[in-house]
Amino acid sequence: MQNPYKAYPVRIDDIEVATADKTLRTFKFVFLNEGDEEKFAYNVGQFAELSIPGQGEIPIGIASSPSEKGFVMFTVFRTGKVTDHLHNMKVGDVMGLRGPLGNWYPIEDLEGKNIVIIGAGFAFTTLRSTIKYLLEPENRKRFGRLDVIYGARHPGMILYKDELVEWEKRDDINLNITVDSTDDPDWKYHTGFVPTVTETQAPQGDDDTYAILCGPPMMLKFTKPVLEKLGYKADHIIMSLENRMKCGIGMCGRCNIGKELVCKDGPVFTLDKLNEMPEEDQ
Amino acid sequence: MKVIKIDKNTWASGIDSLRSGYRLVGPVMQGDAHDFKELTSDEAPDMAFGNTRLSPKSVVFPQSEPMFTYSLDENDPEHHILKDAPKDYSARAVIGMRPCDAKAVALVRMNFDTPDYRDPYWMDAYDATTFVGLACDNPCETCFCTTAGCGPYHEEGLDVLLSDCGDTYEAKALTEKGEKLLASAGWDAEGDASVFEPKKADAEAKIVTKVETANLRGKNSLDLYDAPFWKELSFSCINCGTCTYACPTCWCFDIQDENKGNDGVRMRNWDSCMTSLFTMHGSGHNPRDQKHQRFRQRFMHKLKYFVDKYDKGLMCVGCGRCVQQCPANIDIRTICNKMNGYEAAS
Amino acid sequence: MESYIGKIREISERLLSDGTVECVVGFRKGTVALTNEPCMITKAEDAKDLVWDANCRLNLANYLTGRKEKIAVIAKGCDSRNIVNHIIENKISREQLVIIGVPCKGMADKNNPESLQDNCATCTHRNPVIYDELCADLVEEQTDVDKYEDVRAVEAMGTQEKWAFFEELLSGCTRCYACKNACPLCYCPTCFVDESRPQWVGKGTDPIDIRTYHFLRAYHCAGRCTDCGACEAACPQNIKVRQFTKKLEKDCNELYGWEAGLTVDQRPPLDSFKLDDPEKFIM
Repeated sequence: MQNPYKAYPVRIDDIEVATADKTLRTFKFVFLNEGDEEKFAYNVGQFAELSIPGQGEIPIGIASSPSEKGFVMFTVFRTGKVTDHLHNMKVGDVMGLRGPLGNWYPIEDLEGKNIVIIGAGFAFTTLRSTIKYLLEPENRKRFGRLDVIYGARHPGMILYKDELVEWEKRDDINLNITVDSTDDPDWKYHTGFVPTVTETQAPQGDDDTYAILCGPPMMLKFTKPVLEKLGYKADHIIMSLENRMKCGIGMCGRCNIGKELVCKDGPVFTLDKLNEMPEEDQ
Repeated sequence: MKVIKIDKNTWASGIDSLRSGYRLVGPVMQGDAHDFKELTSDEAPDMAFGNTRLSPKSVVFPQSEPMFTYSLDENDPEHHILKDAPKDYSARAVIGMRPCDAKAVALVRMNFDTPDYRDPYWMDAYDATTFVGLACDNPCETCFCTTAGCGPYHEEGLDVLLSDCGDTYEAKALTEKGEKLLASAGWDAEGDASVFEPKKADAEAKIVTKVETANLRGKNSLDLYDAPFWKELSFSCINCGTCTYACPTCWCFDIQDENKGNDGVRMRNWDSCMTSLFTMHGSGHNPRDQKHQRFRQRFMHKLKYFVDKYDKGLMCVGCGRCVQQCPANIDIRTICNKMNGYEAAS
Repeated sequence: MESYIGKIREISERLLSDGTVECVVGFRKGTVALTNEPCMITKAEDAKDLVWDANCRLNLANYLTGRKEKIAVIAKGCDSRNIVNHIIENKISREQLVIIGVPCKGMADKNNPESLQDNCATCTHRNPVIYDELCADLVEEQTDVDKYEDVRAVEAMGTQEKWAFFEELLSGCTRCYACKNACPLCYCPTCFVDESRPQWVGKGTDPIDIRTYHFLRAYHCAGRCTDCGACEAACPQNIKVRQFTKKLEKDCNELYGWEAGLTVDQRPPLDSFKLDDPEKFIM
C-alpha cells in the first residue's frame, strides 16, 4: 500500500481572492506527476490535507466537483500558521496534496430523490462541489428537485458569485441566497439568517427529500430544529463536521467524537448518527 | 508449536549468536530503573527486572521519528517535495518483553494496520521485530492484567514466551518468527510444555488487584459521557503526559515540520490527549478546553470507545504503569470500576 | 504529623458547615503506597476523608489558579508562599481564601521514604507565611542548612563538565511536562513550548529541545520559585529538575536579597526596578 502520509506534489495554478475582506482565497492545484490526478479521484464532500513542507498541513474540503478535470480547487480561510503561509504563496509555487480523505455525501444513494442543500459562510465549499456535480448534464436528470439555501454575513462574503449568477438562470435549481444584513439598496435576494430563510424556502420534509447541511456550529444548531419542524427525519439530514486533524487517516487519535473519527468515519454524518455521539462541547 | 529448553549456561552465548542477525533490545538498568534500550555488543538483557518505566512500544513507535525530508531551496529541482526519510528496518528482537506489553502491541496494531490504510513506519518496524516475552512469575502489586484481558502468561502478540524455571528457560515458540529466532540462537533442546499451565495458574493467583469490566460494553456511551463523576474524579489531574507516555496502548501522535535553513524534516512525535491544546482548532475554538473534558476523553477512549469499536476488550492491559507513575494518583482502576458500575438516573 | 489531621478535619468541617467556604482543597489517602491524592471536598461530612502525612508532596496552590469560589486550602510552608505569589500575580484574591496553615516537618522522598525529600532537607520556611487558621503549633525553622551546596558544585564545573552534567541529568526526559503542570507558577494559557507563531521549541526528543525547555522554564520561574519540590515529586523519570530552578533562586537571593513568596506587600525583583539593581549580567 502507498504511504498514506506522503503528499502528491502539486503546483498552484490559479489564485483568486474570494471575498471582499480578502480572508478567503480560492486555489486551483495541478498535479506535477502524471497519473496522480487519477489516483486522487474523489467524491463530493471529501477533504484533502494541503501539505506545505516546512509549515504543516491543513484539512480543507474539496470545492471542485469530481466532474471538473485537470485541477483540484479549494477555498481556504486565513486563520493560522499554515493558512497564513498559503495565502502568501504565488501561482507556480510547489506544495503537496494528500487525499482524498474522509467519507462523502451519499449522493449516489439519493437517485430519484429531492435534495435541499443548506450552507453558510465558507463551509459552502464542499456544497459547491456537490451542486456543480449535480448540475452536470449526465447527473441532473437522475435526481429530483434541487433547492439551495446559502447564506453569508454580507454580500462581500459570498463565494463563487459568478457561478451563482449562472445557476440562478437555470430552471432546474431553486437558488436562495441570503445575507445576515446589508446596506446595499440594490440587494435583490433574501436578508436574514439561514435558519429563518430555510423555514420559509425549504420544501417540506418527506421520505423522498433529503437535506445536506454544512456550516458553523451556530447555524447548524438553529437550522436543525427548523428542518425537524418541516418534517425532515434525522436520517434524512446529512451534515459535515470538522475537527482538529493531523493525520487525516484515522490514526493519530486526535479528531474523535466518541468512537467516530471525524477524518475517517466522517466528516459526513447523518443527524441520527450524530445524535448517538457525545456532544463534545459540554 | 514447539517448546525448547534453554539451559541458562547457554543463554549468554545464544544471545551473542543472535547479535549477528538481529539488533537486540532488552531491559537494562538506567539510573534507578529499568528501561528498554538497544543493547550494545557487550550488554545483556537484565532478565531479573520487574517491568520498565516506559513500555517497549518505542521499538515499533519511537517517541520522535522522521517521516520525510524536504528542501526549501528553490534552486533544488525537487524543492517542496517530500522525500522518504532514510530508515533502518533491519531485523530486531525484543528480549524479555512482558506479556502485557506484547498484548498492547497487538492492540495498537489495529490502529495502524487497517483495511484502508497501512502506517508504513509502525508496520515496517513491527514486521521487522521478533518479540520474545518473559512470563511474570512475580507480578507487581499494581498489576491487574488478569482482569484487563491478559495475564502473566498471556501469549498474544509474542513470538516466543519464556518461562524462568531456575536453571533453565522453557521457551514456547508461538510463531514462525519465534522458531527462527530460537534456531538462530542455537537453542534446540526439546523442552517441557507441561510446565506452563501450573506456572501460569500460580502467577495468576498472585495478582492482587482487579478491575470490573463486565458491564462496560453494554453501557450506553452517552450515559457514561454525561455521568456526573467526571469533574470530581479529574480534580487532582494535572494534565501532563505521564500516563499517556508510559502506557503501552496509547498511540496518539503529532506531525511537525522542523526546518534548519533550507532543509527540513517532517517529524512524528508522541502526543497526549491530556494536553490542553490537543484539540485546539485554528479558529481558536477548543472542544476540550477544560480539564475534566480531556480527562473524560482518555478514560472513555480506553474503557468504552475502544471496547465498542473493536469488540476486543479494553484498550488497557493492566500493566499498572500509569497507576505507579501518576503524580496526582489518578487511578484507572478506580475509574474503570466507577464506569462499570454506573447507573444513569432514569 | 499524623496529629495534624484531627485539627485539619475539624477546621474543614466547620468551614463547610457554616458556609464560610464552598470547598476545601486538601489531600485524601492515595490508592498506591506512599502517595496521596489532592482532592476537593464540598460537603462537611467528607472532611473525614482528608489526610495529612509525609506523602503530601504536591503543591496545592497549583489547584487554586483562576478559581472563583471561596476556598479553604491546606497549606504547608512552601504552598503558602506560592499562595502569596498567586495573590501578587492576580491568580486568586486573598478574600477568596481561608488558608489552613500546616507547620511542616518535611515530606518523605518518594523513592527513599526513610529520608526527607531533597528540598525539605534544606528548607528554611517550614511554617506557613500566611494563614487564617493553624492546625498545630509553629515548628522551629532550620537554620544551619546549606541550601545551595549542589548549585555551587555545578557552578564550579568547567564548561565541558557542566555540559556533560546537564546532558546526563536530562537524558531520561520524555517531555511529559509533569514538572511544568505540577508547578503553581506555570499557568500560562499557551506555554512557550506550545507557541507556533513563531515556534520557539521543537516538540520531540531532540536533546537541544529538551534542554531549551528546561532552561527556559527555569528562567520563567526566576524570582518566583519557592523550591516546593512538586516538580521533582511529579517527574515520572525521577529527574532532579530543581538543579535548574535552584541556580536562579540562588542568583536572585545573591543579586537582590530576594526570597519568593514571603509577603504580599513586595513585588518580585523581575517585576520591579530599583536604581541600584545589579546589572553585571546584562552589561
